[in-house]
Amino acid sequence: MTTPLLSLQGLTKAYPGVVANDAVSFDIQEGEVHALLGENGAGKSTLVKMIYGLVKPDSGTMLWRGTEFAPSEPRQARATGVAMVFQHFSLFDALDVAENVALGMENPPPMRDLAQRIRDVSETYGLPLDPGRTVGDLSAGERQRVEIIRCLLQDPKLLIMDEPTSVLTPQEVEILFQTLRKLKSEGTSILYISHKLEEIRALCDHATILRLGKNVGSCTPATTSARDMAEMMVGSTLQTPTRSAAPDGSTLLKVTNLSAQSGKAFGTALKEISFAVKSGEILGLGGVAGNGQDELLAALSGELLTNADTIQIRGEAVGNLGPSQRRGIGVLAAPEERLGHAAAPNMSLIENALLTGAIRQGLTRNGFVNWRTTKAFAEDIITQFDVRTPGSDRAARALSGGNLQKFVIGREVLQAPDVLVVNQPTWGVDAAAAAAIRQSLMNLAAKGAAIVVISQDLDELMEISDRFGALNEGRLSAIRPTTGLTIEDIGLMMGGAHDMEAPGPVAEEATA
Amino acid sequence: MIRLEKRPQPSRAWSLLTPLVAVIITMFAGGLLFAALGKNPFEAIRVIFYDPLFGEFAFYYRPQLLVKGGPLILIAIGLSLGFRAGIWNIGAEGQYIMGAICGAGAGLAFYPTESVLIFPLMVIAGALGGWAWAMIPAVLKVKFGTNEILVSLMLVYVAEQMLASMSLGLLKNPEGFGFPGSRNLQGYESAFNSELIAGTGMHWGVVAAFIAVILSYVLLNKHILGYNIRLTGEAPRAARFGGVNPTRLILFCLGISGMLAGLAGLFEVSGPAGQISIDFNVGYGFTAIIVAFLGRLHPVGILLAGLLMALTYIGGEIAQGTLSLPAAAIQVFQGMLLFFLLALDVLTNFRIRLAAKGAAA
Amino acid sequence: MDLSTINPVLLIASLMVAATPLLLAAIGELVVEKAGVLNLGVEGMMIIGAICGFAIAVETTNPYAGLLAAMVGGAVLSLLFAFLTQVALANQVASGLALTLFGLGLSALLGQNYVGIKPPAMSKLDLPILSDLPVVGPILFSHDPVLYIGIALTAATWAMLKYTRVGLVLRAVGENHEAAHALGYHVVRVRVLAILFGGACAGLGGAYISLIRVPQWTEGMTAGIGWIALALVVFASWKPWRVLLGAYLFGGINVLQLNLQAAGIAVPVEYLAMSPYIITILVLVIMSTDKSRAPASLGRIFHASQ
Repeated sequence: MTTPLLSLQGLTKAYPGVVANDAVSFDIQEGEVHALLGENGAGKSTLVKMIYGLVKPDSGTMLWRGTEFAPSEPRQARATGVAMVFQHFSLFDALDVAENVALGMENPPPMRDLAQRIRDVSETYGLPLDPGRTVGDLSAGERQRVEIIRCLLQDPKLLIMDEPTSVLTPQEVEILFQTLRKLKSEGTSILYISHKLEEIRALCDHATILRLGKNVGSCTPATTSARDMAEMMVGSTLQTPTRSAAPDGSTLLKVTNLSAQSGKAFGTALKEISFAVKSGEILGLGGVAGNGQDELLAALSGELLTNADTIQIRGEAVGNLGPSQRRGIGVLAAPEERLGHAAAPNMSLIENALLTGAIRQGLTRNGFVNWRTTKAFAEDIITQFDVRTPGSDRAARALSGGNLQKFVIGREVLQAPDVLVVNQPTWGVDAAAAAAIRQSLMNLAAKGAAIVVISQDLDELMEISDRFGALNEGRLSAIRPTTGLTIEDIGLMMGGAHDMEAPGPVAEEATA
Repeated sequence: MIRLEKRPQPSRAWSLLTPLVAVIITMFAGGLLFAALGKNPFEAIRVIFYDPLFGEFAFYYRPQLLVKGGPLILIAIGLSLGFRAGIWNIGAEGQYIMGAICGAGAGLAFYPTESVLIFPLMVIAGALGGWAWAMIPAVLKVKFGTNEILVSLMLVYVAEQMLASMSLGLLKNPEGFGFPGSRNLQGYESAFNSELIAGTGMHWGVVAAFIAVILSYVLLNKHILGYNIRLTGEAPRAARFGGVNPTRLILFCLGISGMLAGLAGLFEVSGPAGQISIDFNVGYGFTAIIVAFLGRLHPVGILLAGLLMALTYIGGEIAQGTLSLPAAAIQVFQGMLLFFLLALDVLTNFRIRLAAKGAAA
Repeated sequence: MDLSTINPVLLIASLMVAATPLLLAAIGELVVEKAGVLNLGVEGMMIIGAICGFAIAVETTNPYAGLLAAMVGGAVLSLLFAFLTQVALANQVASGLALTLFGLGLSALLGQNYVGIKPPAMSKLDLPILSDLPVVGPILFSHDPVLYIGIALTAATWAMLKYTRVGLVLRAVGENHEAAHALGYHVVRVRVLAILFGGACAGLGGAYISLIRVPQWTEGMTAGIGWIALALVVFASWKPWRVLLGAYLFGGINVLQLNLQAAGIAVPVEYLAMSPYIITILVLVIMSTDKSRAPASLGRIFHASQ
């Protein structure tokens, strides 16, 4: 047998209270696409950070083509031939594409040469990109191209991709796969991290499965069923949420020609969005991240004010009302960012219960807070939504992502809203908690609420929503019933492979 | 190698302990400073911290504790509300001056008429003067997004020039033989903020400070407005999501802190200081920033911190006289206190670990 | 009042002198802010620089030794700020204020024996022919060396930020410290170095006041110039050449009001003296509508959690 490109042997890394990786071992061969599969919190990120030199293992060794490999910092890993495309946090909005690329290189050529090399590489791999543009103005797909090109210019031997498709439309995913296959044919190994089983079956040669920090098995994805892989990943059979009644109510929420500027730098403006949601109905809104999701939630929650008439609740104009007034008439929301937006990290769960519960739960009188009833409300959320915490006096930041998300969703659901808007309700949440959250949303709809679920997880939207629409550059596609939608339909609604109509065989193949 | 590890939850014990530890470390460092200046450190520390309370002339110095602590506490309470919400009014010194000018001006306008209404009128004028001065950065921040730190600070220099102009012009004592400075309010009964209980140093300003401590405690712990202030400081986006109106909060916090600083100025000019003069202000507005942090922005903490800081002022004056310790040494001492406090604060939210060399930190 | 006593050539020459401390401090702060750190302690570092420079210049009778000492003094004080904000992760606003309060006290303590002394003079540029030219000579060719250093520093900072790798990394750290960390850059190290540079610049600016502009030592003699320097960085939208422009503008206003005071204009001295501060506020208001240029991580605390 040949020497593997990279061999991991017994890597262990512990953080206070949690063992992120427990004696993980596997090999990545030359020129193979190796999948690292696991749920959120399974330890995938920690593992790749060790390979990339961002985190030092407590014990265990790595061998690079048979010799010891222990990068103390990313620079060293890059020099060896490791490149990484991050899921978040590695681009600089205010800098241009060439500067961003230069920052990821050891010895970047002068800027003018670099711009030319960026153009060359982007042509070779069918990834159109203008080196002079400011990164903050790019779409999510284009931003990913910046990262990929940054890696390719280094001629990596091992390319690590961390959940690369979560920001792409289905058509863009296909183009990405073409690029990766081309790289593989040129002899580059790829470590592909994902929890999406179909992607892994389509792309990867081998898969290693992590669960709770341990290597629980490996398989050849092409010959293993998605169901078997899912069971290895999750460890038990999951309860799939069940959808009961079909909606047949009156219109509760009506949005007409909603246009609004984003409140933040490099945000997306909303453009003429119109839709309506009936009592008992769940409307799913998909789309690649950064296409107006945050802004739409803000406009519906009252954080972003608009003309009164653009948003109507039971025919009543509310677009100019703030968050508190909207809560008063039954419109509640749960934003995507748990820490810092939906909850205050350093405040206790009791205080966080007051954050949105003050009005509907009657937690204040003449402005004075009744801490006793507030505590009771917090504890009610904790019991009913199975939030695992030692007590309601714990700070929000002390909870795991899944538990805090259950708290945040529970806080809104328990207030019996007429209209509920949630953004990424199960992002970064383990499968069991995600299933519970989805079920609670469906139960709420069954009781007659109108629900808008904004999510980048298409499977989730297909599972729970009655109708589907997609956000693309601040516009909303036509809304269609979920039943009967194909993945191609959805991709086209999300904008297809927009701005990818570059000439060349790769693009043609992809759209064929 | 030393590594910081974030605590899952802020440590309550450390948050109470850090001010105490900071005071003790400052005493050590201050002792070194005094030794470097050629003074006996133990004697200096005793003169500063012990003599004013228990020394031979303590009967004279103890009342000073309230006289000096009152304005510090009053200003610091106001500042702490803004600081908690991430609204940085650092121009309390200017608001203090403007409160004094307006309050004294209102009183002097009626000179020599005697009436029980004059003093309350002065209080209102003083509060309004400080409030109005603080509304300048507040309105500019709300309307144009201008940085309140820089504006409120610039206005201190403007207020100091106003003070000079007033002592030399409009409010100058017509019977003062040409010397700068206003009439002395101690000689104008209706306008004089006299000691309420003889020999205690207790005047209306001290009463106001105690009331401010109590009200601010109730506000922060029992009222939704206080909750909103804390929430805004912790997580501004969450506050907006929760329905907090940032504009109103900015106007409220800056307005209150300006008003309290203005009141402090009024009570000072109509009582202990007695008159408007060029060097009327002695930096209470800046020292109050230290008091607010030392008290961990908590009303009771501020009460204690204000008294402690007053003690260093009084002790410093004694040390100036008996040990000829330079006045600036006390200022350095106060500055060090704030340094140590900020440095130790890290223990509230982080744990310090001695670890084997970590990867790229 | 006699406005004819104001000589426009001397006015321009002296506004350049008045602007230099402001320019030095603001360029230093610009670099600090570009790295994502807000150091409100400029005033404190300036006054420490002013006294360190003054004391060493007097003791050694060498003004250049004084300037060097001022830079060291400012940098040492800024190291305290670096420790508080980068190691102990303290709030930057509070730490900057602490630095200023501490610096003002310490400078008064250090300077008590230096009041009323005259420092050694610094030679001025004196080029044959050029310095004697009418108009151009006094404006361009007869200043002290530090003034030229200030202009050179502006150019160097501009070039460094725009064209060099160091500048790119500095901006990257200021824009998004998580990303910079993920790419393997040492966020804390870059920031500490930037803070030290800012401290040295502020110290030099302070010494310029006590050794060249005034020249003598009085307590609190920086009189808010450090704060105006902070405002200047905002005014300049974090661009070096605009800092220079702004510094000359403020220098001009200051020199003009002093000249008007001397000329006996019929406005009370106090109102003229407050004009630079009021104009600073007005400029802040005008500039505050455009926030887009501020480094995105400005003032945020960085802790590499994993």
